[in-house]
Amino acid sequence: MLRIAGNKLGARGFTSPFLKPAGLTLRSYSSSAKQMTVREALNSALDEEMSADHNVFLMGEEVGEYQGAYKVSKGLMQKFGPQRVVDTPITEAGFTGIGVGAAFYGLRPVVEFMTFNFAMQAMDHIINSAAKTNYMSSGNINVPIVFRGPNGAAAGVGAQHSQCYAAWYGSCPGLKVLVPYSSEDARGLLKAAIRDPDPVVFLENELLYGEAFPVSAEVFDSGFCIPIGKAKIEREGKHVTITSFSKMVGFSLKAAEILAKDGIDAEVINLRSIRPLDRTTINASVRKTNRLVTVEEGFPQHGVGAEICTSIVEDSFGYLDAPVERIAGADVPMPYAANLERMALPQVEDIVRAAKRACYRSLPAAATA
Amino acid sequence: MKFISEAADKRIPCYRVLSDDGYPIAGSRFEQVDKETAVKMYKSMVTLQIMDNIFYEAQRQGRISFYLTSTGEEAINIATAAALTSDDVILPQYREPGILLWRGFTLQEFANQCFGNSADYGKGKQMPIHYGSNKHNFFTISSPIATQLPQAAGVAYSLKMDKKEACVVAFTGDGGTSEGDFHAGLNFAAVMDAPVLFICRNNGWAISTPISEQFRSDGVVVKGQAYGIRSIRVDGNDALAVYNTIRAAREMVIHEQKPVLVEALSYRVGHHSTSDDSTKYRPVDEIEHWKTARNPLARFRKWVHKNGWWTDDEESELRGSIRKQLLNAIQVAEKMEKPVLAEMFSDVYDDLPSNLHEQEKSLRETIKRHRQDYPTDVPV
Repeated sequence: MLRIAGNKLGARGFTSPFLKPAGLTLRSYSSSAKQMTVREALNSALDEEMSADHNVFLMGEEVGEYQGAYKVSKGLMQKFGPQRVVDTPITEAGFTGIGVGAAFYGLRPVVEFMTFNFAMQAMDHIINSAAKTNYMSSGNINVPIVFRGPNGAAAGVGAQHSQCYAAWYGSCPGLKVLVPYSSEDARGLLKAAIRDPDPVVFLENELLYGEAFPVSAEVFDSGFCIPIGKAKIEREGKHVTITSFSKMVGFSLKAAEILAKDGIDAEVINLRSIRPLDRTTINASVRKTNRLVTVEEGFPQHGVGAEICTSIVEDSFGYLDAPVERIAGADVPMPYAANLERMALPQVEDIVRAAKRACYRSLPAAATA
Repeated sequence: MKFISEAADKRIPCYRVLSDDGYPIAGSRFEQVDKETAVKMYKSMVTLQIMDNIFYEAQRQGRISFYLTSTGEEAINIATAAALTSDDVILPQYREPGILLWRGFTLQEFANQCFGNSADYGKGKQMPIHYGSNKHNFFTISSPIATQLPQAAGVAYSLKMDKKEACVVAFTGDGGTSEGDFHAGLNFAAVMDAPVLFICRNNGWAISTPISEQFRSDGVVVKGQAYGIRSIRVDGNDALAVYNTIRAAREMVIHEQKPVLVEALSYRVGHHSTSDDSTKYRPVDEIEHWKTARNPLARFRKWVHKNGWWTDDEESELRGSIRKQLLNAIQVAEKMEKPVLAEMFSDVYDDLPSNLHEQEKSLRETIKRHRQDYPTDVPV
């Protein structure tokens, strides 16, 4: 793999339709509905938290001079200086260890991984140094660190750049794991993560960085924060519950529109937090709709959907009117060819079909060929 | 076109002050150590040696689950501790309990941690010998090798802002220098001008791997230059040499605000741990040689004795007293209650999350219903 950052970004920076210059915002609508891209949400959250607390600092590859591999940290080094926006040499294990050490001794680092695929080289530090230290030192050493960066599939980047790590980190006690979808999520959850005394894994999505979302006025406030561990009901419904996170929330909402035309009223839940998982909200929803479809991009085995299904079986089995449907990525390393990649990831049609199966409204397989 | 050779003509020399007989070596420059410090150093080395013996035996008797000795490296442990101040932040590997001992950690506190009782600062959440103490500026020991090296650069980055007359001291063994974290830690510390004193205890063995199979370089000291870090090799079994080296290195680290690497040569007399039998991979007479002829305690004692600062009577009195204190500490620690049930769920996060709250409740109910299946010596 080429580790020359210029090359890496060059391959995608000019061909991807999703990279917009950070300064351009979509303000073409009426003044009551303001728009904000996820990138702006993250950038402003970092900016405000670094202004409010001098112990907060950002470190990672290309975060400073280069303005961030995905421009999330644009302008921050100019504003705060190289001591607070630290460009690191290429060693995830190294700079994660350094970040953890700094957190041990009172600073509040935000460690950026160019993608969580590369964070695997730092896995020991994230799990054995960050997640477990508060426990193993019985509260003597706490680790107020945030690990953030793009997670999951992008477009045409192959197996070593496309894995979703939500289930891996979600299984580990000692970590908090967040999965923002919209700009409101990104801003509120990143602020909460930075302020949190425990280590937080913050899984973003490369394809969402450039997407603009309408945001209410309160989101712009520098005190705006979203509580960690609470899911959001993006769309209320009564026939089937669809749980999703990150990019799949958008797909689930589109699926809900299609289902509505067929008289199926889907409730779409944006998990926002993988650990702690908001079992209360999910169970309450399933008790109302009696049917569940879990959606995720990652590999199916031992995934987030498997955990949600178990939670329902443990707490709300009697309320289920149909088996739980699980939509996940294909159980293969992500292929590169565009047609194969499309088939390896959940699409809106997959979610629609799963919801129909859960409602006993699906067509026999032969008819869909 | 001139290639730099893979090996220099001569190996990097080793700084020594005392000969094996305890006489100052002619021409070796060193700072004199006063009687009080020298006697405290010697007594601490003896305490460490006896502590290791007795806890090792306790493990063999099945009273604790695990132990790891520092036998043969008492000089590195104590002389280093004596040369630092209590403000210097220690990131240990795991063979440096002497630093804690010097700083006032009591034999009872060591025993409590090994037995994992309710007085253990770690509340029974770490395995034996993984000591940690905030008040002694000693980070809780963590098993994965060399992870503390880049962490040390991070701690130093934070410490710099405090502008104290203090530095970070990070330890590793010869084996630890093969880890990726060694490279990252030293490289980073150099680039960031982090005030870290890296001390490598080169004791010749990483479990069963001898240094001839660990690296092809002339030990660890030569690696310093590769990172732009000043380095020195010292005889780790010469307490005076170690003391002088660490004092000088610490000055450089603090006043120049850059890292320094010290390689202390020694020999791991004991097995790697109680899970190892080193006679299986190295000759017994080699172990005996380093245990007797090259013993760091004997060497330092000869010098202290010659100065008229220590007598044989004081020796036997000290050894008897330490032994008694240790046996007593073990008895007390063994009888003490284990940590309460609630500690199993505390400190996973800063605040107890609702799911752990539920799990604890569920566990308590189960215990209430099935009291007879639950061990009687664990307090609820």
